[in-house]
Amino acid sequence: MEIQTGVKERRLIGSRVIIAAFGGAVLLALLVARLLWLQLGQHERFVTASENNRLTTLPVGPARGLILDRSGVVLADNAPRLQLMVVPEEVEDMDALLRRIQVRIPLSEDEIEQFQKDLDGRRRPREPVVLKSTVSDVEAAQFAVDAHLFPAMRLEARPTRYYPYGGLTAHNLGYVGRLSLDDVQEVDATRYAGTEMIGKTGVELAYEEVLLGQVGVERVETSARGQIMRTVEREDPTPGENIDLHLDIGLQAKIYDILGDRRGAVVALDPQTGGIKALVSAPSFDANVFSSGISARAFQRLQSDPDTPLFNRALRGQYPPGSTIKPMIGLVGIDSQAVDWEREIRDRGFFTLAGVDHRYRDWKREGHGYVDLDKAVIESCDTYFYDMAVRMGIDTMAEGMAPFGFGRSQGTDIPGDVGGILPSREWKRRARNEAWYLGETVIAGIGQGYWVTTPLQLATATNVMAMRGEFFEPHYATRQDVEQGEPVRLAEPSDWERMINAMEDVLHGERGTARQSGANLTYRIAGKTGTAQVISIAQDAEYNADELEERLHDHALFVGFAPADAPRLVVALIVENGGSGGSTAAPVARDIFNYWLVEREAGRRGPDLEFVARVNEAVIRRTHVYDR
Amino acid sequence: MFTIADAGQFESFKPKRYAQRYGLDPFLTVLLCVTGLYGLVILYSASGQSDSMVIRQGLHFAVGLVAMGVISQVRRDVIKQLTPLIFVLASLLLLAVLFFGVGAKGAQRWLDLPGLPRFQPSELMKLALPAMVAWWLNRHRLPPKLPDLAIAAVLIVIPVLMIAKQPDLGTSIIIAGSGFFVVFLAGISWRLLGVLIGAGLASLPVLWSIMHDYQRARVLTLFDPASDPLGAGWNTIQAMTALGSGGVFGKGYAAGTQAQLKFLPESHTDFIIAVLGEELGFFGIATLLVLYVLILGRCLLLTIRAESQFGRLLSGSITLTFFVYLFVNLGMVSGVLPVVGVPLPLISYGGTSVVSLLVGFGLIMAMQRTNRVLSGET
Repeated sequence: MEIQTGVKERRLIGSRVIIAAFGGAVLLALLVARLLWLQLGQHERFVTASENNRLTTLPVGPARGLILDRSGVVLADNAPRLQLMVVPEEVEDMDALLRRIQVRIPLSEDEIEQFQKDLDGRRRPREPVVLKSTVSDVEAAQFAVDAHLFPAMRLEARPTRYYPYGGLTAHNLGYVGRLSLDDVQEVDATRYAGTEMIGKTGVELAYEEVLLGQVGVERVETSARGQIMRTVEREDPTPGENIDLHLDIGLQAKIYDILGDRRGAVVALDPQTGGIKALVSAPSFDANVFSSGISARAFQRLQSDPDTPLFNRALRGQYPPGSTIKPMIGLVGIDSQAVDWEREIRDRGFFTLAGVDHRYRDWKREGHGYVDLDKAVIESCDTYFYDMAVRMGIDTMAEGMAPFGFGRSQGTDIPGDVGGILPSREWKRRARNEAWYLGETVIAGIGQGYWVTTPLQLATATNVMAMRGEFFEPHYATRQDVEQGEPVRLAEPSDWERMINAMEDVLHGERGTARQSGANLTYRIAGKTGTAQVISIAQDAEYNADELEERLHDHALFVGFAPADAPRLVVALIVENGGSGGSTAAPVARDIFNYWLVEREAGRRGPDLEFVARVNEAVIRRTHVYDR
Repeated sequence: MFTIADAGQFESFKPKRYAQRYGLDPFLTVLLCVTGLYGLVILYSASGQSDSMVIRQGLHFAVGLVAMGVISQVRRDVIKQLTPLIFVLASLLLLAVLFFGVGAKGAQRWLDLPGLPRFQPSELMKLALPAMVAWWLNRHRLPPKLPDLAIAAVLIVIPVLMIAKQPDLGTSIIIAGSGFFVVFLAGISWRLLGVLIGAGLASLPVLWSIMHDYQRARVLTLFDPASDPLGAGWNTIQAMTALGSGGVFGKGYAAGTQAQLKFLPESHTDFIIAVLGEELGFFGIATLLVLYVLILGRCLLLTIRAESQFGRLLSGSITLTFFVYLFVNLGMVSGVLPVVGVPLPLISYGGTSVVSLLVGFGLIMAMQRTNRVLSGET
């Protein structure tokens, strides 16, 4: 039957086959044209597309510059710290995950609370969130065994700022914190592309630009799932520069040790440069809790501590300077010819303005008798300075005191200090829009009334005394040594020596207010005590220190330098509620001078780092941040 | 001496005669083997240098070649007589899939009968349908009359709908094509063809209007991958990138970044040609296309030479369907056709596809054989 298939039918199928073949050829030609367009015409474009697929540019953060003390002791270091991170986008059931991980790595309530907070906070997409900021080696090993069970979690060694003496240096170096989204908007985002921390306060903030360094770039080949296959090219980051400080960690530790549990502030300067050798605010805290990501609870504890460890008393504590500025006011009085060295007054224990009943009392009820300027400084006679203040007037006083650095912020690399108040007619009008009263001039003469200074300002002004008029801006880093301010000029330069002699007698004279502290020294200290009232005492009221609340006791102050004839160290200090400057503050200063000039031979002998570490421990323990 | 008789004898030893006598067409067999080997080379790179996958695919190919050889030995009248039976069997199996089928990703395509390996009845239908339509049209003189065409249309539509319901859009289109090609080769009049095409186009707006919104969105994405670059458009964009970045000579064997870094999805199955295009460039693809064109040309020649009308219709349909496979796959990889999930014939990894393709070539060869009984050979 098939054999009889007609020729016609055979030809029909044949023609259809040929038509189909022709159609197929046309379609095939179209495909070839498409391939040519893709592979030849658009080749460049797709090469770019595939390279973009394959290569990812990753920023490589530079190592942050170190901060070193004057003898090269590292005060701020970079240490890798193992952190447990979670990529929230990869987690299906967060609660279950936390339950499972706790079996291997225990988490504190603080850590979980902080983690939940960070989860809700703003962050970049797929940015890992820290679950535990410090993972021990043992815990890390335990985790590594079961790591495959926790694909959304990873351990990362992150460069973290580490302060070996974090308790001693918190108020100087400040600390670094995690770069927040708000920070990102303020800084050059490309420079911080590979960096997670930024200086928040202190030297870390002041020298952020220098410490940061230059970001590097790494080109890596990644798979479609984002896995890094290999590094194609790498441009190394430039590490940040190190910062050398004037700070001496031994002196810093010694001062904390001397202060013990007392609250207060001490600033010690190198008179020849104005470099800060020590700047202490007690109590302090451990700066490391900030660089490792402080938990909200620990921060709260620090913040609610009645002793305010977070508060930098040396830079921001505003205290009436009291008698400590009498030597400077005395020089202004001499220079303005309001008084001369020979002038004597009779002090009966109080001062009155003509025609006014009010008695401005001396600290010594019975008075100092006949008093000239030398004696007024040595015995800290208030009546003499009441009289002198009225004679020169408030504006002359303000004009003469301003060159010592009062009433303004200090230095260029000391972020966060405040300016205090240098009282004057003009200041009062500007700040309070009120007229000046003569009575206010009287009490300004003894550093009370509107006078407000910081311990740093007192140190700066005392430095001017020590250098016989030369002015240096206080500063942390040796790279700032070139900064030198306008000197304080006196009509009669020998007045410096005469005033310094009087300040020596404060410690070494028979009637000096700090004579107990000046006894048996191998060198001479020039200094001045001060006592600043915390509350004003009612007229004629007797006051008994023992009956007052401890926090209402006077602040004890002392400024001074030694050796008096060739100063190596300037010290200004305040002990809060310490009582009188002579009994409390001066012995602290003497111990500091002894340590520096005798034990350390003015810095020729290096610090005892074991002692430093011990004091650091004690300082940290005091603020209880780690107690859980 | 060279005589007329010698010439006749010489004639009888031409390959055509060889195929008529022994079934296996040596030219086509060699072409298929070369293409298969080329495919294994590509697969080795596309699978990420997986020895085991290449060995398994090699075994699939060997099984397919044996099946092709066996089929090519079957007498064509036996094949023809068995056609209705196989068609009914395939239809029943498809029906069974709809009720008892297993599968993944929301589609039921497989039948898991006890005592048999898992298989896809639609693969059987790929050959059973064109054979059935050829068998039906062969009962009367060509070109077919309208009633015969109507019956043929029913024969085509029923399995196509059953497969589309699984759902397996790619396969149902291919099977519809294989049935249509028989009708086309049988000489359906151009006028009727025009009417059919016109009716099809006219029904599109109606179909569009009854579709759900999500279905429309899916169709739109098929035609515009850039509108969903991380979803449905990802495959096409990455495939085009692979092809385009390959250039003339490619990035080198096993050095294609798109493929090796897994940007290219389905790189060892449906999108394997993109791996070839990226690593060996246009040159590598052109080489493969030449092989395909030779296979197609040989098959068309065999179609014309086939011993029976049934054979010619069946061979032609199988050949053209092979071309559709090729065209749809290349079209979707190079971004001119929507992604419907059609493997590259003889190259893509997968046993069922290779075996059923080679069985198809076996059928073409079988149609070459002179019926021994009728030709009087002993």
